[in-house]
Amino acid sequence: MKVKVIVTLKNGVLDPQGKAIQQTLNGMTFDNVSEVRQGKYFDIEVNESDESKAKSQVEEMCKKLLANLVIEDYKIL
Amino acid sequence: MKSSVIIFPGSNCDRDMDVALKKFGFKNQMVWHNDTDIPKSDLIVLPGGFSYGDYLRCGSIAGKSKIIKSVIDFANSGGLVLGICNGFQILTETGLLPGILQQNKYLNFICKNVFVKIKNKENKYFKKIKKEVLELHIAHNEGNYFCSNDELKSIEDNGQIAVTYCDHKGNEDEKNNPNGALKNIAGIFNKDKNILGMMPHPERMIDPFLSGEDGSLFFNNLIESL
Repeated sequence: MKVKVIVTLKNGVLDPQGKAIQQTLNGMTFDNVSEVRQGKYFDIEVNESDESKAKSQVEEMCKKLLANLVIEDYKIL
Repeated sequence: MKSSVIIFPGSNCDRDMDVALKKFGFKNQMVWHNDTDIPKSDLIVLPGGFSYGDYLRCGSIAGKSKIIKSVIDFANSGGLVLGICNGFQILTETGLLPGILQQNKYLNFICKNVFVKIKNKENKYFKKIKKEVLELHIAHNEGNYFCSNDELKSIEDNGQIAVTYCDHKGNEDEKNNPNGALKNIAGIFNKDKNILGMMPHPERMIDPFLSGEDGSLFFNNLIESL
């Protein structure tokens, strides 16, 4: 089954790329954009039919590799 | 004294490091990332570069490579492990050093000479260096050191800050912080001070005709301290 993961920067962690995107959007007349936070999205195909097993495996993957918990949070969709 | 430099796909300062180590008397050997054993060494170096193309996060894939378990075992048994630039990023990704190196604050790749202040000399890396401020070279896109407030307090309390960005007189102000690093941190130790990660490249400062000689002070001290 396919498991989807989103990794984002934790609140309060500086995101200079997000800031640059926000400023560009403002410059493109989207003046009402007050903040952009950039993140990562993963589509993971796990050869496992049991959904809860697959998700708990993906959770391990998030903790060990996909996210760096010093600055990032992950969400399994 | 024996040293080993680990080569990852995308490392590009491995041979500079090899030249530097040999120049100051190390018997150096190169170790491929897909190996599992490291030959007997007094020092292991993780060199600069772009291991695995900086995929996912800088140093994250190298931090899970085949060779890394041997590096972690060596470090945990008290062996000296030095990570320069991408090597520093790899050390934070393995958890051997706290914190992380984020993208530079102003989003630019920085390649220039900088001054760094030595903050702690009670360790093998800086013990006999007489100078307080060294001129070294940096070349990175992700050198913006960050850690939580609790972690910062802990590394400050344990004397784990190794070097900080400053001017030639040693002033560690925001003006002399090239990448936005927390507290101008350019390099840190683990608690036991056997592991050092730093963004500046001492191996690029070993020839007065090409660059400078403050890197020579670093390697000279290292071979003498071991």
